Amino acid sequence: MEKENVVGRIHSFESLGAVDGPGIRFVVFMQGCNLKCKYCQNRDTWDINNGNNYTVKEVIEKIMRYKNYIVASNGGVTLSGGEPLLQQDFLIALFQELKKQNISTCIDTSGMFPITEKIKQIIDLTDVFLVDIKSINDETCKWLTGFSNKLELEFIKHLNEKNKRIWIRQVLIPGITDKEEDLVKLKDFLASIKVEKFEFLPYHDLGKYKWEKLGVNYELKDVRVANNDDIKRAKEILKLK
Amino acid sequence: MDFKEWNEFNKQGEWTKEIDVRGFIQANYTPYEEDESFLAKATEKSLKLWDKIQELYKKERENGVLDVDTKTPSGINRYEAGYVDKDLETIVGLQTDAPLKRAIMPNGGIRIVEKSCESYGYKVDEEVEYIYHNLRKTHNDGVFAVYTPDIRAARSSHLITGLPDGYGRGRIIGDYRRVALYGVDALIAEKQDELNILDTDEFTEEVIRDREEISEQIMALKDLKEMAKKYGFDISRPAANAHEAFQWTYFAYLGAIKDQNGAAMSLGRVSTFLDIYVERDLKNGTITEEFAQELMDQFVLKLRMVRFLRAPEYNALFSGDPVWVTESIGGMGLDGRTLVTKNSFRMLHTLENLGPAPEPNITVLWSKNLPEGFKKYCAKISIATSSVQYENDDLMRITLGDDYGIACCVSAMKIGKQMQFFGARANLAKTLLYAINGGKDEISGKQVAPKFEPITSEYLNYDEVMFKYDQMMEYVAKIYIKALNAIHYMHDKYSYEALEMALHDRKIRRTMACGIAGFSVVVDSLSAIKYAKVKVIRNEQGLATDYEVEGEFPKFGNDDDRVDEIAVNLVKTFMKKLEKHQIYRNADPTLSILTITSNVVYGKNTGSTPDGRKAGVAFAPGANPMHGRDESGALASMNSIAKLPYEYSEDGISYTFAITPSTLGHSEEERINNLTSMLDGYFMQTGHHINVNVFDRSLLIDAMNHPENYPNLTIRVSGYAVNFVKLTREQQEEVIARTIQEKI
Repeated sequence: MEKENVVGRIHSFESLGAVDGPGIRFVVFMQGCNLKCKYCQNRDTWDINNGNNYTVKEVIEKIMRYKNYIVASNGGVTLSGGEPLLQQDFLIALFQELKKQNISTCIDTSGMFPITEKIKQIIDLTDVFLVDIKSINDETCKWLTGFSNKLELEFIKHLNEKNKRIWIRQVLIPGITDKEEDLVKLKDFLASIKVEKFEFLPYHDLGKYKWEKLGVNYELKDVRVANNDDIKRAKEILKLK
Repeated sequence: MDFKEWNEFNKQGEWTKEIDVRGFIQANYTPYEEDESFLAKATEKSLKLWDKIQELYKKERENGVLDVDTKTPSGINRYEAGYVDKDLETIVGLQTDAPLKRAIMPNGGIRIVEKSCESYGYKVDEEVEYIYHNLRKTHNDGVFAVYTPDIRAARSSHLITGLPDGYGRGRIIGDYRRVALYGVDALIAEKQDELNILDTDEFTEEVIRDREEISEQIMALKDLKEMAKKYGFDISRPAANAHEAFQWTYFAYLGAIKDQNGAAMSLGRVSTFLDIYVERDLKNGTITEEFAQELMDQFVLKLRMVRFLRAPEYNALFSGDPVWVTESIGGMGLDGRTLVTKNSFRMLHTLENLGPAPEPNITVLWSKNLPEGFKKYCAKISIATSSVQYENDDLMRITLGDDYGIACCVSAMKIGKQMQFFGARANLAKTLLYAINGGKDEISGKQVAPKFEPITSEYLNYDEVMFKYDQMMEYVAKIYIKALNAIHYMHDKYSYEALEMALHDRKIRRTMACGIAGFSVVVDSLSAIKYAKVKVIRNEQGLATDYEVEGEFPKFGNDDDRVDEIAVNLVKTFMKKLEKHQIYRNADPTLSILTITSNVVYGKNTGSTPDGRKAGVAFAPGANPMHGRDESGALASMNSIAKLPYEYSEDGISYTFAITPSTLGHSEEERINNLTSMLDGYFMQTGHHINVNVFDRSLLIDAMNHPENYPNLTIRVSGYAVNFVKLTREQQEEVIARTIQEKI
């Protein structure tokens, strides 16, 4: 099949992603996710059977409409989701096209994947990785996402060896991911790799309505949203400015 | 010409031989390409003065106006000197003899003055009433003496709306810099010369009119000198230093706002001009940076105090007491040097030193080649204050050169070389409903436009609608121009802007600035008719009063060519229809897609539309997509608007944009960089204008419910900034309902 006819299952597009990688990003939200994060703000992206099909060509056409903004800001395209690494063929085909157009590429992923040959190819094609560390505490991670953080941490280490630009993010959930001992561990882990940027994303419940709309129980309903003080405290523990 | 005040200026070029402010600027200005680190804080004196003014604001808010002089029809030199606190004022001059005291300007119309006074509990002096009812005809009288039945019908049914037949047309920018550079005597001498040119063999109506106008201009200039004298200044000669240059320029502007209650009384492009004087004084060590900033702060404080007496109905159209003291800063020169100077920064810096404010209406002329430091400072100030608008210098410089300014919100004109006849707007959404109803008004059922076959089918057919809509636009364009011709003939005759025109060349370009309201409503309606099925709901009389849309259709603001093409064609079509007509004083017709806040009131007077919008619901402002319909993100919305052809809408295409801070970036640096890039991108796509608001919706809701906590909250609406708390509840709700981009 021609590269440009490869089909991806896509939830939605966003023309102005200003917080999803360097500069202004065109964000493609891929449909389908393998994790079950209790705080997910895009619950509607989980089911791979939802969303719409788009070919690489169609997506490229959409992206090119925003080239002026992307170039002016040293931005690019970010694949988010859902989990983009679930649709590896589409991702490879799309990024190959973007490379031809000289547009910077970025993936927003959980990184919970073994390093296969295809993943290696994807890593080559990707300029920046946004990786969410769900929790450095494996028990918490399992409780929160249904999966161990082992693969994720290995994945990040691999990116580090490959000298990739890495942005790490952690959602700060009061009482769940903000325990001091865990944050100290996180600090040590971050010190062992070269991270271009680390951010705490304050937990918010703005995605709750999507759960309710799907008729599924939102387990964190009694958890409060993170405030500036929470972030300040966590940053102090990590000795961030 | 040569003056000792011109010491050390570069005299190259023509500017010493004839009135040529641009030539002076080009020969003498110092481009500034660094960042804002040189800026100074407000001096104690300025802050104390600002405190006093804010005290007055508070009293003003209680009653709507602080005071009215009901006895003295205003003019350039009708009042004694007035002060806020003489010891604190570095720049002096008030519109009347006391701060915020409003003047009456009955030349525009006595009834509107009476109504305005009454609504605030004042009564016009009896003698004034007698004179204006019995002895002196006004602009308003003149217009209604000649209006035809079809114009009256179109006007009262809101088919053409907001016409300046009961208020001053404004949107004329005097070249106020001329007074500082040449002094008034040299300007009078120039005007005398012009009279000589007009001593022709053929004494035609045109020549006679020109001679009469120039004589009035000379009288206005003489009045201006006398007015300044009351404040202790001799402005017959040029300004000798920065302090005088600011003061002289302000006096010139002050004369204009004493003379005219124009809808928009814009300042032009004075910052870089004044910077030349500041640079000279700084170099000679006669002033410090602190004083340079004090001059700017105090100048701006005066501009923040401009007030006109207006009726509450006017407020419903243009809310929040706006005067559009628009000052254009930035831009690039034709020779490739930037026109950004330190004074461009100082002007923006007033928003930090004195806090956000709607006036002056600071307008950045954006070019992709502007120095980075300036771009970032603009973005920083926008994010902090939501008080700045941006217009595409790369687009406008092509036809207007590098010494143009913005009148009102988006109307560009060469300073001192061009003026416009402000023409408000035609309601193209209502026009569409008339096309469907055979010229009958959808609310009153009256036959307003000539009777023709209405559409009778159950579902609307695109081709049939377009055929009838085209005819109806033809009719609207015709009566629209008829009305405007009448208005501007009478305005020139009974309420001529003598001082503002004295600060123009003799030969000027005139444009007839027409406008469109209901733009995105029409576009979406046509798209619904074309791509979905629109069922007509008729009342017992057979009048189409509502519509049901079945199925999906592409909506304007999503970068979807199917509907954006309809939008582009609509602009072109209506513009071409305007061009068919004979226009007063051979003006060139132009078009704007701009509604200011009147989109609310126009919507209120328009029935349900085929896009699914219900009767009475506000239109989107300017060229904005309808609220909540631009679902594909901020840039998609920008792309749709950038497609509208500026060549066919030369008077401006207004886009009001709001984004939440967190959408723009996590850190301040990110936000600044991203906003800068968005502006670069939008203007590279040939967008014309953008208002940038950076705030959370929750903030606005809180401000609506607790206005006392937000006296200075400034937001940008279509083309200007307002104090949010001064808007009517309805308008506040409309602003909150607008799409605030918060998609992550």
